[in-house]
Amino acid sequence: MQDKKEPKKYKNSFLNWIEYRLPIISYLEKEYGDYPMPKNANYFWSFGALLTICLVVMIISGIFLAMYYTPHVDMAFESTERIMRDVSFGWLIRYIHSNGASFFFIVVYIHMIRSLYYGSFKYPRELNWLLGVFIYFIMMATAFLGYTLPWGQMSYWAATVITNLFSAIPFVGEGIKTWLLGDYTVGNATLNRFFALHYVLPFVIFGVVGLHVAAVHVHGSNNPAGIEVKEPEDTVKFYPYMLVKDTLAFCVFGIIISAVIFFGPNLMAEVDNYIPADPMVTPAHIVPNWYLAPFYAILRAVPDKLGGIVLMFAAIAVLFIIPWLDNSKIKSCSFRPLYKWLMILFFVNFFILGYVGMKPATGIYLLLARLGVIYYFGFLLVITPFMHRFEKNIILPNSIHEIYKKKK
Amino acid sequence: MLRKFAIIFLVITINSNLFAAESSKEKLIKQDWSFNGITGTYDKAAIQRGLKVYQEVCAGCHSMNLIYYRDLEDIGFSKEQIKVIASEYTVLDGPNDEGEMFERPARPADKFVDPYMNAQEARLSNNGSYPPDLSVINKSRKGGADYIYNLLIGYEEPPADIVLGEGMYYNKWMDGKQIAMPTPLYDGSVDYEDGTENTAIQLAKDVTVFLQWAAEPELEERKRLGVKVILFFIIFGIFVFLSKRRLWKQIH
Repeated sequence: MQDKKEPKKYKNSFLNWIEYRLPIISYLEKEYGDYPMPKNANYFWSFGALLTICLVVMIISGIFLAMYYTPHVDMAFESTERIMRDVSFGWLIRYIHSNGASFFFIVVYIHMIRSLYYGSFKYPRELNWLLGVFIYFIMMATAFLGYTLPWGQMSYWAATVITNLFSAIPFVGEGIKTWLLGDYTVGNATLNRFFALHYVLPFVIFGVVGLHVAAVHVHGSNNPAGIEVKEPEDTVKFYPYMLVKDTLAFCVFGIIISAVIFFGPNLMAEVDNYIPADPMVTPAHIVPNWYLAPFYAILRAVPDKLGGIVLMFAAIAVLFIIPWLDNSKIKSCSFRPLYKWLMILFFVNFFILGYVGMKPATGIYLLLARLGVIYYFGFLLVITPFMHRFEKNIILPNSIHEIYKKKK
Repeated sequence: MLRKFAIIFLVITINSNLFAAESSKEKLIKQDWSFNGITGTYDKAAIQRGLKVYQEVCAGCHSMNLIYYRDLEDIGFSKEQIKVIASEYTVLDGPNDEGEMFERPARPADKFVDPYMNAQEARLSNNGSYPPDLSVINKSRKGGADYIYNLLIGYEEPPADIVLGEGMYYNKWMDGKQIAMPTPLYDGSVDYEDGTENTAIQLAKDVTVFLQWAAEPELEERKRLGVKVILFFIIFGIFVFLSKRRLWKQIH
């Protein structure tokens, strides 16, 4: 009982067959072919695409590592080294994965800086920002769990320090810590569950990334001018204009990451993690991975353990409410002559926090960390909400197209 | 503006660990290792000499648990030679059909044989200190090969204001400047078969190269592949750049 003929939308009959049953072809065409991008988007808008590539590469390399890795306290270190020595191109897979994690964070930080600087988090893209910060949060958790897996000295002691934080919570702290560890100290039960969680969380990230991308496609991407698209002349199609740009960005990214993977694969790692975990020997300085270091600096800036933890989680939590802290109608910092510099100082400050987070918390480093914490919260909670009352912004162009007319 | 900032951010991030390593205390005397640089390779003769130093000196106390005798094929030994080298060591195997443990000569598929039965025995024989495993020692110390080399030849008379612990030796490269290992290498400690001078410095250099190979056996392959991969991205990138310019000409 065949009713009317299937519509012939595409030349290829196979595509038509699929399309009639699941309109995925037209969906891809709409979202990745004709999808309009503001034509003034600069290369900062390629970092989203880079992040997707990073995530896929991390998941694939991770699956291959998991085939050879053994999550047991007596074998984890050796199995990691055996991957490097006896598995075909195991060293490459592992170095891609370990350096990929670092680069994932470099790219995500640039992506977030882009969003903050050009006001991409503002109306109507607040939910996008929320999903993004949520991804960032799970990424940090995943990275921490992954850091523990090679079961080197830093793995073990980072796990000990971080899980110990929970014991500072009044009344239930010790219970929560034991529940997380599966034991009274960091041990085999801990390593096993950390491995299980490290394997599953990337797929959670993958799902949230799907929502994040779907949400950005509703209102379209922001752009360096921070004004919304008004006419078709303001935009270019994703294919081929953005695709070729993203591919070029990917090539440059490929050169940089390859330089590290092949010529300095341990530059961003801690040497101590090549010493097998030893619960009897505490390293002189327990250092988190650099991408978590800013929060570690905030944690140690407070003399009180519980206070430090509250402040550290507040530092992440405050990111979620940024869209409601910034009341300025102007999105892009390019048109906010004063706020722009305070914003850049905020980025520099975050970087300094990261630097001192990797140094012992004494003397000048402790002072820098404290100043850093004050500016971190001061900028977000005091400067950002009130700045627009004092600042005279530069006049916005009428449309994206007009910027190009002026240039000519 | 933001672009510049991003580049600076990237460069500093990658280098920050390097700076951290270099700014600490006295500067290591850097050697011009053949495995340094983009096209670095191993000097196999040096690795073989270094192996001899390890076997005759270091192996008295230090294990190399991650290395197998079969790995020596990598540094120019034939299968037959490796069988002979391995058979000089004894391993505990079993249980056999009678349920007994037995000793047999090591085979190429065995790990480098440990000098001690266990960590407790190692500590007992070394005044309470545990001689670290040397498999990845060059990767697990800041400064890598340069640090190991300097440490090996860095023994000096302690300055007057330093009181050494019992059974400890002064070595300015060690954390805390005290080390439990006595001076390991002297002129002529090991006799080389290929006629290379066997000064303490030469021995230290060779064993450092050997340890570097042990820590990073993939180094040559890694660097060779790296050049190709980067060349690919550069050439592919040039094509993409040209098409990008042509496409966007109509837009701007």
